[in-house]
This record gives sequence, structure tokens and C-alpha cells, in this order.
Amino acid sequence: MLEVNGLIKRFGGFTSVNNVSFKVDQGEILGLIGPNGSGKSTIFNMLSGFFPPTAGSIRFQGRELAGMAPYAIIQGGIGRTFQIPRPFRRLTIFENVALAGYYGQEGRTRAKAFESAEKALTLVGLPLDRHAPVDGLGAAGLKKLELAKALATEPKLLLADESLGGLDEHEMDQAADMLNRIRAELGITIIWVEHIMGVLMRVVDRVMVLDHGEKISEGLPSEITNDPRVVEVYLGSDAVAVQAMAAARG
Amino acid sequence: MSKLLPWIAGAALVALPFIYNSPYPLHIIVIILIWSFVYTSWSVMGRFGLVSLGHGGFLGVGAYVNALLWNNFGLTPWIGIPLAMLAAAGLAVLIAYPCSRFRITGHYFALVTMALSAIVLQVITATRDVTGGSLGYTPQRVPGGSSLFAFQFTDKETWYWIALAIWGGGLFVRWYVDRSMMRYALEAISEDEDAASAAGVHVTAEKLKITALSAAMTALGGALYCQYQMFISPDTVSGISASLQMVFASVVGGIYVLLGPTVGAVITIMLAEVLRIGFGTAAVGWDNFVYGILLVLFIIYLPQGIVGSLMAKLRGARVGS
Repeated sequence: MLEVNGLIKRFGGFTSVNNVSFKVDQGEILGLIGPNGSGKSTIFNMLSGFFPPTAGSIRFQGRELAGMAPYAIIQGGIGRTFQIPRPFRRLTIFENVALAGYYGQEGRTRAKAFESAEKALTLVGLPLDRHAPVDGLGAAGLKKLELAKALATEPKLLLADESLGGLDEHEMDQAADMLNRIRAELGITIIWVEHIMGVLMRVVDRVMVLDHGEKISEGLPSEITNDPRVVEVYLGSDAVAVQAMAAARG
Repeated sequence: MSKLLPWIAGAALVALPFIYNSPYPLHIIVIILIWSFVYTSWSVMGRFGLVSLGHGGFLGVGAYVNALLWNNFGLTPWIGIPLAMLAAAGLAVLIAYPCSRFRITGHYFALVTMALSAIVLQVITATRDVTGGSLGYTPQRVPGGSSLFAFQFTDKETWYWIALAIWGGGLFVRWYVDRSMMRYALEAISEDEDAASAAGVHVTAEKLKITALSAAMTALGGALYCQYQMFISPDTVSGISASLQMVFASVVGGIYVLLGPTVGAVITIMLAEVLRIGFGTAAVGWDNFVYGILLVLFIIYLPQGIVGSLMAKLRGARVGS
């Protein structure tokens, strides 16, 4: 469904993403992990058109996305959330989502937009009240709103950017279940960027690990957690030694 | 009851000249209606944080293009006015497109558009052979004074109904934008352009649409003013001062409420008239001085404007009771 080849992004002399290639299949959840500054968000920004890639190609359902404007990519079937929720505070919760429902697809009527807004709000568990203001929402509520906005554009591929930062454990579990439900009920393919490995590993089919803008590992969650390069990046080289010693002792 | 109120008020306004048609007050009311329409046109985009100081330019294009076409080619204002509106919309797109592409927003947008006002004023003044320059310009009168073809009418009642209809039309356009999905997009754009495009909004297209609409409406106001006064000068219908006038009046009345710019027009025009009658030539320019002080006071103490603050009070009282 999505095929990324040789993606490069440089900001001046700094290479944020260096020659990354990967594929996403229809219906899967791909986890994208890596430390701060490893290039995860930059990849998302390229996939959704916010940054034009320096080089490389992004093919989505057979169409080249590199160089397209964000609105056109969104209307073409890719939805995205932001790491830090960016709600429109001058609009109500419902209007936020209805806006995405209206402009997220070409040729929408107001009725159709409201319908997909209601669907998205119901799925994430936010009130359908037309007049409820954004200001009443807490951290978890804002993340739900962010997700509802992305869902209302009726994407085929959802780019979920670190949707769990700032949540407690219970809320994290809920959010992870939510992504599972989004795939199961709506058939949406998901790329999920996350810091917190534990929850992510439970949900995703495959994981891709980035470090300093390069792909260092890719595979099933069980393979990734045992990959020494990944452990080194995440926990430092001491941990690799500890793990090796533990393995030696049997 | 509150649903009926606008219709009752509208009917009363339409019937006014039958009951009361003293020429001077009627003249003042026509002037108020025309400027109310212009200020409303400004607020159509101004209320979304798109603070343009270029509307003096659009007003001037509306007034002069129509008058020039009539005097030089005998083109009826029925065609001339739409052409003038198109010209203003084209000029608006010419300015707004690069502004949007290069993300010139807020104060910088105000500055760029301010330059447009100044340029239009300069062009009108400099091409004095064609436009009459700073001495002003008069559309040729038709023999007999009134003609539908020439859009010239000598009686104040006709002008009152024309101005009333245009003003009502302006309010309708703003009301229509306010309840359309476009409002969602523009509110979103005014807060966060990137988040808006992540919702699928074509930011530049939406900005250009509202700017062209607002500019075309303003040009209509300029042409109407010209047809009514039968005299225009670059200082009254173009330039930075004309733009600032729109901002003053709209802020004083309240840009976020439908009738805000109208109330702003009533206040500023009455103020100018009172100063003119009360102090005569001794008070020339005082109105601008008072506007300046008012603007500062309003922005600090009453940013919602008079109507906006009143409505907030009323709403608060209703919720409180």
C-alpha cells in the first residue's frame, strides 16, 4: 500500500533522515520507534507533505506523493495526528472534527461531513454535543480529539504520531486498544510512532527502528527486542553487555 | 420572537421613507448604510485575523474603475460595477497569493496590504490626466438627472432603498459565510495553518476566496459611494486613511458580531457630523484625532467592540439567571 524508497531529508548541513526505505502492507500496524531526534517525526512530515523530501520516493497506492501539498495528500487518503495535539480552540469539539470531515475528502457535503464527524467522535469516545468547547478537555481528551480529526478525514492509512506521551498507564492501554479497534472496525492501515516501547510491542505487527536518521532494524516485535543494536540504542551499551552475560549464564 | 425581530426591523427600515423623508437626515442615513456595507465587507475577512489595510485600495478601484468606464466609454454601471468588482478581486488575489505562499500573516500582512492602499492612492493622484488627480473626479451626469441606465438618481428615497438593499446583502453574505463550512476552515487557519492543512484544508485557496470576496464587496461599496455622491477624490475613497477608517469603525462596533461594523459606522459618521456642524471648519481633522484615541481605548478596554461586549454581557446575564 505504501512504498518508501531512499528517502532523504537534509536541513542545511544536517541530515535528519538518511536513505530510509520501507513498505507498509494493507491492514497492518507498523510501529516506528527510535530515540528523540532519530527522524521519526521528519518521516511523518514527509509522508504527509509538510516537508518536501530532499530525495527519494513515496508511493501510496501507486501514486507518487513526494512534492504534493499536505491538503492533497490528506484528501488522497492519508490521515495524520500531531505529537502535541493541535486543536482549534475557537471551534467546538464537534466543529473541529466536522471540519476534518468536510475538507478531508473532496466534494463532501455538510451532511456527510457531520456524519463522519459523529462516527469518529463515537469511536474515540468523545461527546457528540455540538456546543462542547475544546477548553474542557484534558491531556487524554485532546489526544482523542486529535485522533478523531484524523479519522474524520476517512484515511486509508493513518499516521499516528506518539499518541501516548503524557498519559497514565490505564489511558495508555485504552489508547492502544483504540488503535487496534480502528484497524479492526475501519480497516485502516496504521503507522504508529511511539517512544514507549512496551505498549507498542503489544499492538503492532511489525516494528521499524530508527537511530540518527537511519533504519537500524526492522522485524517482528519479538525479534526487535532481542536485537543488540536496538537494545544498545535504547538502553546503552552496558545493557547489551548485561544481556549478553545473562544469556551466557543461561 | 427573536426570530421575528430581524424581519420586523427590516420592514420598518424599508418603510422609513414613507413616514419620514426629510432630506438631510435621509442623506446621513444613506451615507451610514453605504459605509456600513463597506465596513461589513472589511470584517468579512478581518474577523478571521486577516487584518487588511489594503481595503482603501479596493474601495478606490471600485469607485474609479466604474466612473472611468462610464465617462470614457459610456459603459453603463450595470456592467462597469461588476467589472470594477472583478478588478478589485483580481488585485486582491495578486496581493494575497504571495502573502499566503510565503506565510506573510498578522502584522506583516497588515503592512503589505497597507502598501497596496498607498500605491492605489499614488496611482490615482499621479495619473491626473485620466483621473483628475487629487482634485477629484465626477461621473458625467445624464440630462434630467435620473436614469436607470446610468445608475443616477436625484431623489434621496431611491438611494435610500438601494443602499438599504446593498447593506442587507452585505449582512447576508457575512451571515452566510458565518454559517458555512468556510467559517470552520478560516477559524482553523487563523489559529494554526499546519493543523488546518492536516485536516485537508487548502489554506491558500480558502484565504484567496475570502479575500477576493471581501475586496469585491468593498469595490461595490466604493462604486456605490461614487454614484451617490457623484464626486470622488483619492483621499476619500483610497489610501491608508480610508483603510484605517474601516478598521476603526469595525473595531469600535465589534468585528465578531454581525451588526458590529454597522454600529461602528453609525458612531463614526455621527461623530464626524456632530464635529462638522458644531465646530465647522475649526474642527477639520478632529474626527480622525478622536478616532485614534477611541481606537486605542477600545483595543485596550473593549476588544470585542460595543456590540460584542453588550452581547457578552447579555449572554452572561442570561446564563447567570
